[in-house]
Amino acid sequence: MSLDTTALVPRAVTRPPNRRVVGLLLLAAGPVLVLGLLFVLPVTGMVAEGFVVDGRFAPGAVLEVLARPRVHRVAWFTVWTSGVATALAVVLGLPAAYALHRLALPGRAAVRAALLVPFVLPTVVVGVAFRQLLGEGGPLGSLGLDGTPFAIVCGLVFFNVAVVVRTVGVAWEALDPRPGQAAAALGASPSQVLRTVTLPALRPAIVGAASIVFLFCATAFGIVLTLGGVRHATVETEIYLLTTTVFDLQAAAALSVLQIVVVVGLLALAARLRAVPDPTAHRTATPARPVRRGDTPVVVATLLVLAAMLVPILTLVVGSLRVDGGWGLANYRALSGTGDDQALLVPVTSALATSLRTAVDATWMALLVGVVVAAIVTRRSHSVAERRVRSTLDGFFMLPLGVSAVTLGFGFLITLDQPPVDLRDSPFLVPMAQALVALPLVVRTLTPVLGGIDDRQRQAAASLGASPWRTLLTVDLPVAWKPTLAAGGFAFAASLGEFGATSFLARDDSPTLPVVIFRLIGHPGAMNFGMALAASVVLAATTAVVMLAVERLRVPGVGAF
Amino acid sequence: MHQSSVRAALTTAVAALALAGCSLSGGDPSGPTTSAADGSDGTTGGTVVLATHESFALPKKLIRRFEEESGYTLEVRAAGDAGTLATKLSLTADNPIADAAFGIDNTFASRPLGEGAFAPVTPSVTPPEEYALAEGGDRLVPIDSASVCVNVDTAWFDAEGLEPPQMLDDLTDPAYADLLVTPGASTSSPGMAFFLATVAEHGDDWPAYWTDLLANGAKVVDGWEDAYYGDFTAGSETGTRPIVVSYDSSPAFTVKDGRTTTAALLDTCFRQVEYAGVLAGADNPEGAQALIDWMLSDEVQSALPESMYVFPVMPGATVPDDWAEFAPQPTDPYEVSPEEIAANREQWLTEWTDVVSR
Amino acid sequence: MLNLTDVTVSYGETTAVDDVSLDLATGQVLAVLGPSGCGKSTLLRAVAGLEPVASGSIAWDGTDLAGTPTHKRGFALMFQDGQLFAHLTVARNVAYALRLRRTPSARTAARVGELLELVGLAGYDDRLPGTLSGGERQRVALARALAVEPRLILLDEPLSALDTNLRERLAGDLRTILRAAGTTALLVTHDHEEAFALADRLAVMRDGRVVQSGAIDEVWREPVDEATALFLGYARVVRGDAASRVLAAAGMPPAYAVALRRSALVLDEAGTLAARVESARVTPEQVRLVVEVDGIGVLDAVAPLGSRVSPGDEATLRVDVTRLAALPLTPIRSAP
Repeated sequence: MSLDTTALVPRAVTRPPNRRVVGLLLLAAGPVLVLGLLFVLPVTGMVAEGFVVDGRFAPGAVLEVLARPRVHRVAWFTVWTSGVATALAVVLGLPAAYALHRLALPGRAAVRAALLVPFVLPTVVVGVAFRQLLGEGGPLGSLGLDGTPFAIVCGLVFFNVAVVVRTVGVAWEALDPRPGQAAAALGASPSQVLRTVTLPALRPAIVGAASIVFLFCATAFGIVLTLGGVRHATVETEIYLLTTTVFDLQAAAALSVLQIVVVVGLLALAARLRAVPDPTAHRTATPARPVRRGDTPVVVATLLVLAAMLVPILTLVVGSLRVDGGWGLANYRALSGTGDDQALLVPVTSALATSLRTAVDATWMALLVGVVVAAIVTRRSHSVAERRVRSTLDGFFMLPLGVSAVTLGFGFLITLDQPPVDLRDSPFLVPMAQALVALPLVVRTLTPVLGGIDDRQRQAAASLGASPWRTLLTVDLPVAWKPTLAAGGFAFAASLGEFGATSFLARDDSPTLPVVIFRLIGHPGAMNFGMALAASVVLAATTAVVMLAVERLRVPGVGAF
Repeated sequence: MHQSSVRAALTTAVAALALAGCSLSGGDPSGPTTSAADGSDGTTGGTVVLATHESFALPKKLIRRFEEESGYTLEVRAAGDAGTLATKLSLTADNPIADAAFGIDNTFASRPLGEGAFAPVTPSVTPPEEYALAEGGDRLVPIDSASVCVNVDTAWFDAEGLEPPQMLDDLTDPAYADLLVTPGASTSSPGMAFFLATVAEHGDDWPAYWTDLLANGAKVVDGWEDAYYGDFTAGSETGTRPIVVSYDSSPAFTVKDGRTTTAALLDTCFRQVEYAGVLAGADNPEGAQALIDWMLSDEVQSALPESMYVFPVMPGATVPDDWAEFAPQPTDPYEVSPEEIAANREQWLTEWTDVVSR
Repeated sequence: MLNLTDVTVSYGETTAVDDVSLDLATGQVLAVLGPSGCGKSTLLRAVAGLEPVASGSIAWDGTDLAGTPTHKRGFALMFQDGQLFAHLTVARNVAYALRLRRTPSARTAARVGELLELVGLAGYDDRLPGTLSGGERQRVALARALAVEPRLILLDEPLSALDTNLRERLAGDLRTILRAAGTTALLVTHDHEEAFALADRLAVMRDGRVVQSGAIDEVWREPVDEATALFLGYARVVRGDAASRVLAAAGMPPAYAVALRRSALVLDEAGTLAARVESARVTPEQVRLVVEVDGIGVLDAVAPLGSRVSPGDEATLRVDVTRLAALPLTPIRSAP
């Protein structure tokens, strides 16, 4: 036997690449299994309903659907409205991200918390608020925007601009200012610094935020229906219509497949755009600097964005205070009751308690899985295969954002109905569904933080005899625990506001607040409408308070939410 | 300082609220889960599960009495709209999600019936024949009815000195240009009902009627709440349209100083009847039968108007005074059979969407 | 020519730079030397236009720069750790300022090649900063700063992040490069070796103030006080009678104190100071001693290689006048 020179390479440090990939897959098995069970299986099951006709695999009908001109129209409408809304959210969000995270503006913590309020407001209520503004008799009625694609885009931007402000703002806060100063000292004007240094450094955050926003927009449901009226259908509304009203499962399956293909393509593109030459960018906690005269345009732009966000919310608040043509708090007092003529089984107050409880469960579930996923996808890869596995996993866990809640909801019913996984009656079903929506937010929040940890610290810990588990505890956890809490806060908010899956799955004896609001606004009676608005204000205020609490936990520069 | 201590207090309050009641299953429902355990009084006992839509509501008091008297524990799973419920039941016909279902209406009945979701049932009392389904009447039992009618803001018409419309065909009269708002047929259950009324009136010529309607400035919005609270003059302070598609019961909710300010046009109505049934393959068919009998009882029937904004089907039930006085029911509503609806729904909706988005 | 007149820079309550005045003639290299936290980096950033000046003026060739933003000053700043743009290759980093000025690409490429050659990194064009060593990154940063021939280059501890070997080599290179380009440079550092290696003139800064400035050998020979002396690399300061005794042995007039380098006392049979050797350590160039000098105390001394001395020996010492500095009377803090 000849001497094997490779034996001279210290094996303990660099394990063979294929063994690393296997280890990686083992570690990923848990979260993958969870997502496979709660997402892939139901969606596949529902899509299969369309492909399998009378027990035979018959893809012809589905493919035929894809050729329909209406499907093309719907797909194109979805893509362009989501694209425009995403672009607008980014353009409007960037100045606000800078102003609220980099400048010492008074009250910026409160403003940052308030910015997340639209995120949790029930779309149906916001839709009505928007329509009271844009409708024929509203103050902006003369613009004739009601029912136009423009109104849809406005609504989408309203709901999503906070995602951009948060994600990009935190990255901006953590951005080392010195490369920018070096560029300025080399003769770059402020706009050149922005273009050549700052934006490239922010690219991962901007692309990450934009892809989340795009997915939210592309799967938006209530806002499209309410603001667009019946004329404008998106893939998501069409799937709903085809599944529940027309019961054309082939067509619904075709659109679901189309949606998944587009989402996967988009995620692949986003992963490419997000990749930067040097991911271990320097992170610093830069103190916010005082506002200078040169900041005027940014501050003005931010104030305009805030004002635009505030108007629909104010409409809600004003509406909630209207009682019989006068003003009063009767709508709020009524919240502890059950509405006009018992429109509700439970008082709004106990629905709020249910919402909070459900949100807690959804939050720990999302965190549990999200932390593991984030840890997996951010470890440095030692081979191309390994990197590919990691980035595939990264995209895989974003999928739930981009796939129809209708398909997923019905899929739950028809696939998770047999022991050992009969989850249909489980009280965990609602929080699990909400956790699926919150999971990508947790992962996107944590990956930049964990990715920013210098791998050499982990190597140092390992060389001192720490096991991988111990390394996680001593190196990753101290850096990541606060952002993890912050990510939990965002998951909490997302869960509080989640309506699509919840309304589908909620049990009647314990409806969540958005479900109750939806019920209130679905019945005639001035009091019910006023209560729906008041309950929305309560939901918004609760969210703002939770977000403020999270804000207090935030470490500057880490943890996007 | 002060502000931050307030903030800290709020934070603590939220955290306490969240953690105290929280976690691991969403708390214990307050319902009497123990009543089923004791089967000594001879009743069967066990849990009976009801699948229904999100509008389902009945007073807790009545539910408790049902549980005490029958020995069953009632578990209500209410989620999604009527179409969602119909789809759920159709998809799970071979492994039902509940024992009984309530909330399938005549526009959606044929789908779950066709998938074999329901088992035959004979209620202990027989509802009036007029509500029975021609096909599937042995499996679906009528519980309530609500007619979708064009409503008008009579106060507005009085103020304008204009005579309100009466019939569907009046709505294309230029005198009523730009006054109607309706929820869409593709996105809203009352919108669909209104559309079916126009189909019943005009048959295959309905596209021409709708073209005229839109040419006369009719506004089509997403849902009932958009139409009623967004555009209807009697439902919204910023509303501009005094004619809305709503329910026959709606005038009972606009009562001011002993008079209602709106009226339902009783010659424009399409009646939606909601049915209940025992699901095929149910774990507890006896319980499901008992539940349906209970829903036909006078006390539940009399509770329907205030709980779900619908009229009872049983003649012995009472309706609230406001309803009796201000919300007369149509005597001869439009009808389209569930089979015809099922056969044509997709075709109709496609055409209708083309007409309104033209 | 750069003129700083009574420049003060404050961060809120604290004054980082306090009433500093300095002049830097074109073509010269000025080093601002001081311990960390003395305000020297802030001073540099103020010259670059990155910190607002609370009072006083910074002027170039007689023109006050107060209204001129950083990017219009025509200076180049080289940060302590280079601050290369991580998303750009080495060549793109170096070409950064050229591209800002829309220099034709052929000329840019030529200039980049020339500069990389100058800093000894020819062929590194397509590497990313993340793949370079610390020294290489500093060289790229230098090339980038020199690319558009700035009228003033500002260097923030350019060598301190490097290891000793590299630092010495790069210091020599840097000096040659600066001289060859005739560049005016303002350098801040806490390392007197770095200052001596690069600068013509020296300003010593402490607690936000410039305590001494002048030609580098002048400052070195006549430190203004004890702390300055110690910072400039003098090993010990001797005060009072002991100081006079040392100065007398050197044939110099008495002074309040005297700062001694490690090699100020030399083992010499003809010497006039009697001492007892406490320890002796052989280095490649000489033998280093610690001695107890009669009536003065413990001091450092050297002996030529080959001297046979061992602890406990009695010896006589000579004073090398070029290796000490008499200090004027100033309030003195105790030596570390």
